[in-house]
Amino acid sequence: MALGRIWVFAEVLQGKPVPVALELLTKARSLGGTVEALVFSPEAEAAAADLGAHGAETVYAATDQAYVEVLLGGPAADAIAELVAEQQPDLILFGMTQDGRDVAGRLAAKLGVPVIANGLDVSADGDVAVETSIFGASLNVTTKFDGGKPAIAIFRPKSFAAEPSGGASAKVVPITTAVAEKHRSARVVDRVADVASGPKLEEAPVVISGGRGLGDPKNFELLEQLAQAIGNAAVGASRAVVDAGWVPYSMQVGQTGKTVKPSVYIACGISGAMQHTVGMKGAKAIVAINKDENAPIFKLADLGVVGDVLKIVPQLVEEVKARKG
Amino acid sequence: MKVVVCVKQIPDPNTTGQLDPQTHLLKRDGVEVVMDPGDEFGVEAGLKLVEAQGGEVTVVSMGPERGLDAVRKALAMGAAKGILISDDALRGSDALTTARVLAEAIKREGFDLVITATESTDGYTGVVPQAIAELLDVPAVTFAKSVECDGSTLKVQRQTEAGHDVVEASLPAVVSVTAGVNEPRYPSLKGIMGAKSKPLDRLSPSDLGLDGQGGASAGQSITAVQPAPERAAGEIVKDEGDAAKRVADFLASKKVI
Repeated sequence: MALGRIWVFAEVLQGKPVPVALELLTKARSLGGTVEALVFSPEAEAAAADLGAHGAETVYAATDQAYVEVLLGGPAADAIAELVAEQQPDLILFGMTQDGRDVAGRLAAKLGVPVIANGLDVSADGDVAVETSIFGASLNVTTKFDGGKPAIAIFRPKSFAAEPSGGASAKVVPITTAVAEKHRSARVVDRVADVASGPKLEEAPVVISGGRGLGDPKNFELLEQLAQAIGNAAVGASRAVVDAGWVPYSMQVGQTGKTVKPSVYIACGISGAMQHTVGMKGAKAIVAINKDENAPIFKLADLGVVGDVLKIVPQLVEEVKARKG
Repeated sequence: MKVVVCVKQIPDPNTTGQLDPQTHLLKRDGVEVVMDPGDEFGVEAGLKLVEAQGGEVTVVSMGPERGLDAVRKALAMGAAKGILISDDALRGSDALTTARVLAEAIKREGFDLVITATESTDGYTGVVPQAIAELLDVPAVTFAKSVECDGSTLKVQRQTEAGHDVVEASLPAVVSVTAGVNEPRYPSLKGIMGAKSKPLDRLSPSDLGLDGQGGASAGQSITAVQPAPERAAGEIVKDEGDAAKRVADFLASKKVI
């Protein structure tokens, strides 16, 4: 069965589509059918060129200023549901972001159709099927949609590589569904950005992450020093230390944090719980330093060092500095 | 205020779960089960709010008989009442079915605020809170790393990619909390003893008018389960004083220094 319309929910930040939106558009192109994007932002028009260049023929754009302030889940699900009734898409793809999950979850309930989350791949040979990995990424599971259109699927960022199609700017079609009054009772009154320096965690070729094994929040400084010495490196963290308040959430790598695929990932004092490993096992090479030789992280490591991270990292800083001259 | 907290009994996350090769259902026999650690934060958040504002916490769970342990733990922590929705037909339910069952039980119970974890630690779907909110027709303030409430308005710090948003919402609402939103209490001995005499409702989907909902009605089915391709075994070394040099050699071989 060939797919008809495939929609990609595309978040736009500062006039640009977020990376996962372009990744999903690229994948959607390979499934056949007409690829279109859904944008809820006053800046939707500015994103049409990028979305078009990655395969979107049309951008359905909700540009109401209210979208700056409301929580996206309720009103976006309302608007998409109306559009679904009109346009009858077969498949809607979302990125596994906060807003992506909010909209997808509400939309599935509103339409009474199934939703599959945590997707890593999707195929449409006959049925639409989504691949996910479960139980500490030890099993890959393929799940197919049995009925109820559209199929709704949510994918982890970086599951696909974004590649331009060379397409022209997407045609912008306004979404006219108004933001219902009831959705205005929940609103964002302030946006706070954690201060970050150096390259972005998702883009850095080297990521150095710390976990409980560092023993104390102040030891994250050692990782910062190592990042400085290597250059073009970013510092990440496991959920355990984010939850403990050692470092901000924006540094969290893993299921509920960021997905990274650097050239080299250095895990310092991280045991390797599934929560963490799903966010980093796509790294090209993995180095793990941990006191506990039975730590699960060593199963993933290309180079595993059983030893004291607090002793080894300072030595490594000196060694790297010496080699770089 | 009336707070309803959703909890779930799951296989101990410190063990590796397995699926039955024939049925593709979770193997539950001989597997240690615990209250989802993420749910402890939800229960604690609910208890803190009613301690400050008055009212009580009802805890609701969908799952097999053993799910009672999770409900009892929440009662022992201080919840006033428990509801367990159980039925063989619910095995293999998807996120949407789960949300329908929980939402119906919550509606029947009445609520000012529903609290859930952001996602379960076994399935990690992370869309049930939003689906419940849609079915209850209230806002979902998700990924809360702090929750304040004066009895009518909710003030939440919601995690975002960049940091956090400060969100205000009027009740009724659903809020999903992250691990780390608080420090969950341990049930006291008095709490554990007291839990035994607290009201506990046992419901089936038909009690909720949801006949026919369950695994069989899920709009999705597993077609294949395969071991994930393993990474090639790496080299594991004990630090003999030369570890830093070896790591540096490795970094150089990958051309990042």
